[in-house]
Amino acid sequence: MGHGCILLSVTERSGSLSKPTDLVQGTLDLLILKVIALEPMHGWAIAQRIRQISGDVLQVGQGALYPSLHKLEQNGWISSEWAVSDNNRRAKYYTLTRAGRKALNQEAAQWERLSAAISQVVRAT
Amino acid sequence: MRFPSILRHRLRSLFSRATVEQELDEELRYHLERQIEEDIAAGMPPDQARQAALRAFAGFEQRKEECRDMRGLNLLDDLLQDLRFAYRQFWKNPGFTATAVLVLALGLCASVAIFAFVDAALIKPLPYPNPTRLVGVYESTKQCPACNLSYQDYLDWRRLNKVFNSLEVYTGAGFIVTTPGGAQPAHAARVSAGFFRALGVTPSLGRDFHAGEDLQGAPRTVILSYATWQNRYAAKPAVVGQKVVLDSLPYVIVGVLPRGFHFAPEGTPEYWATLDPTGPCETRRSCHNLYGVARLKDGVSLQAAVADTAVIARQLEKQYPDSNRGQGANVVPLTEVIVGDIRPILLVLLGGAGLLLVIACVNIASLLLVRSESRRREMAVRSALGASRVRLIRQFVTEGLVLVAAGSMLGIAAAAWAMRLLSRLIPEDMLARMPFLQGLGLNIRVLAFASGVALLAALLFALTPAMRLSFMEMRDGLVEGSRGSAGNTWRRLGSRLVVVELATAMVLLVGAGLLGQSLYRLLRVTVGFQPDHLVTMEVDAPDATYGKDPQAIALGREVVSRISNLPGVKSTGLVSVLPVNFNGNTDWIRFVGKPYNGEHNEVNQRDVTADFFATLGAKLLRGRYFTEADDLLKPHVAIINQTLARKYFPGEDPVGKQYGDTGLSPKSIRTIVGIVEDIREGQLDSEIWPAEYLPFNQSPDTYFNLVVRTSQSGLSILPSLSAAIHQFDSGVVVIGGTSMEKRIEDSPSAYVRRSSAWLVGAFATVALILGVVGLYGVIAYSVSQRTREIGVRIALGAERKTVYSLILKEAGWLTAVGILAGLGASLAATTLMRKLLFGIASWDVPTLIAVSAVLLLAALLASYIPARRAASLNPVEALRAE
Repeated sequence: MGHGCILLSVTERSGSLSKPTDLVQGTLDLLILKVIALEPMHGWAIAQRIRQISGDVLQVGQGALYPSLHKLEQNGWISSEWAVSDNNRRAKYYTLTRAGRKALNQEAAQWERLSAAISQVVRAT
Repeated sequence: MRFPSILRHRLRSLFSRATVEQELDEELRYHLERQIEEDIAAGMPPDQARQAALRAFAGFEQRKEECRDMRGLNLLDDLLQDLRFAYRQFWKNPGFTATAVLVLALGLCASVAIFAFVDAALIKPLPYPNPTRLVGVYESTKQCPACNLSYQDYLDWRRLNKVFNSLEVYTGAGFIVTTPGGAQPAHAARVSAGFFRALGVTPSLGRDFHAGEDLQGAPRTVILSYATWQNRYAAKPAVVGQKVVLDSLPYVIVGVLPRGFHFAPEGTPEYWATLDPTGPCETRRSCHNLYGVARLKDGVSLQAAVADTAVIARQLEKQYPDSNRGQGANVVPLTEVIVGDIRPILLVLLGGAGLLLVIACVNIASLLLVRSESRRREMAVRSALGASRVRLIRQFVTEGLVLVAAGSMLGIAAAAWAMRLLSRLIPEDMLARMPFLQGLGLNIRVLAFASGVALLAALLFALTPAMRLSFMEMRDGLVEGSRGSAGNTWRRLGSRLVVVELATAMVLLVGAGLLGQSLYRLLRVTVGFQPDHLVTMEVDAPDATYGKDPQAIALGREVVSRISNLPGVKSTGLVSVLPVNFNGNTDWIRFVGKPYNGEHNEVNQRDVTADFFATLGAKLLRGRYFTEADDLLKPHVAIINQTLARKYFPGEDPVGKQYGDTGLSPKSIRTIVGIVEDIREGQLDSEIWPAEYLPFNQSPDTYFNLVVRTSQSGLSILPSLSAAIHQFDSGVVVIGGTSMEKRIEDSPSAYVRRSSAWLVGAFATVALILGVVGLYGVIAYSVSQRTREIGVRIALGAERKTVYSLILKEAGWLTAVGILAGLGASLAATTLMRKLLFGIASWDVPTLIAVSAVLLLAALLASYIPARRAASLNPVEALRAE
């Protein structure tokens, strides 16, 4: 595990902190939205895809992933349906809704701003 | 687009729980199995792979719980659980629950009921569009700041003013209605033609008066009130265009007023007719009988209207010095005219009810504190078992809400009942003057007020124990018999609350005491006659038959002689205006042989028959009473009251002196033949004006009041009185009929004080009980906390006396602080109700001392019980108890 993964693995390591912090949660939401923007996916696949795309740096723990998915669904940003998966079993597939797409654009822009700002601070001196 | 989908999700989560649960399980299980498959594919043995996957999940059930949290499922579950628990808690302590709910219901009932009155009377009293632009318009003199306009002055004011869209006038009237069933009296009003247009009211049937319909020679038309249309005309639309005979003259009904219309200053007239410009008063500039109402032009302020009318009044003063000298102008908002009198009483009552509510809430809050104290262990156990602090606080909040919900539902229901009861207690005459009370009820504003109060109470009840919770260390709760700093904290807070309760009770007691004494003194004001065994009745005879002076005189003689001959009647008198009524119906006089500068010597004028003073039981100070012989053929005579004698004849004997009208016209000259002790013509709380009494036979009228002294008290004689009059002429109508004592008791000045004294007294009693119970609670709690300490003291040889004084000192200290705070608050509060007080200062020392003594006594009594328990403690048991 590289050092980049800290943000997401916090939820798995610290027993006392049962809920991810806002920063982590917000970031994870963004990643999920981004990944399923391409095509409907089930939870497992979402975790795998994030890992692959980030070059194994970001490992999404189940403890964070599923609550996030359920929350996003409650918010109406993603919707779900049951379908037969690649290994011939029933799985719950999540799709981005129109509201979700709008949220994704906003969150992504927000993230760009934030990460640019952080980089600037870190590189300073 | 988004919200429907959110709603659908929420609802699904709520109502298809089984499906959602099963899907959740399946989803997570799928993930788990994929993980295992992957690990096996990577070469891990199956068991190991399974264990690793489960480990990675870090608790399958916890993950599910988190997902449920996200779906908002737990929130509801917890709430239901809290509710169930609260319910169980309350059932376990039925005494506490009943007390808290009842006390809250009581406080809420009082304040909501009173607020409903405030709402009906003060917030929305005028049922007209744009009511804030409506004003009452008056002529003013030094003695009478808001008095009637004369018709001639009105015409000039209307012509000359630049500030009113329209200036209209109204005056009360009484009609004799000729119906198939005989002559009937009807309360009526006369108005200028544009009166309803100025108010912004259109008849719901027929038409309004046309402009000019109030001028001489116009056809006689009349508009019905909605109630009259319903009651007298069976709500037939065909009534418009019909004729009705009023005071022997035919009128055409042209319209019916809308149902919700009322005009408080005139009470509830049945018929609205136009002014009579040819009336005896209307033709004289010095005769004031009209009240003005006007709509301000856009952009014109009240001050501008006052200034403009003042200019006109000054101009008329110069033009007609005889009649208009000293006549100023006064313009006030119509709201002020209508509710100005009852505003102070309503605000005092609202204040009283508010204080009661405060004391009720404080009482419940301290009850909750005591309870939270006894639940320390429960809280500690729950906390140890993993309940978060937030969760525990939520429990208290839930309990507070349940309590408030029950209390406020009961309270609002009781308030609806109390409103009806209170409005039924208002005498009919007064109710007629307050038609806006028809709007009394649980309307939106009242309910909003009730919910606001309930919300505040809920906040208070939820916060108090929650605050208590945060004071305390959870661990302490588990330690047997521990009494850490928390106990003391509570005791301090609890005692502060008791001080608030006692001080509030003190304010209410002082208020009730002052109001009670005001009423007592008011009812004992000398009225100048014997009010017992007197009955009165109004009599109105048609002008067509009795309009000429000799006819009216003959009528008066006939009525007096017929009534006097009835069994049970001792004597009979007639008078134009009954005493204890109002200062008004005045005359301007000028004394013969005294310097005169055109000032207005305004005196009450009352026309009385020969036996009137004897019947009333008034006291003749000098000279003689009238006799039957003092009639139009004899020289004019008058009897004056003491105040007139004192004011205009200081150091002289007025008997034999003469006076007349402002021009001393020969016709008007009268000789003073007697002086009577002051009879209270105005309200009990208003000052005595100079008064002249003229013989009925020299100033006859077809309307007069019958005053009868009876041998037996009671009203049983009334039917025979009206029968005797009707026997003589069925065209003569009688109105009302009551005893003089009842009239005085129900007179507005007395009524206002009686009702407020009773209500504030009731509030004060409840407050006293709650305050004393609160004190008892604190002292009893303190004793229970100090059981061991007291046991040790007794075991070490402390005397009972010492223990008593130990406990009583604590109670005495709290009471003293409460009384002192109450004294300060009372002084501030009672100055606000000065307007309602009569013959007593708002800082009346005996009242303050008496109330303090009552509180002190009640407080000592309340603390004596726990003190006795402490003193009779068995030291062995006390030490073993914990």
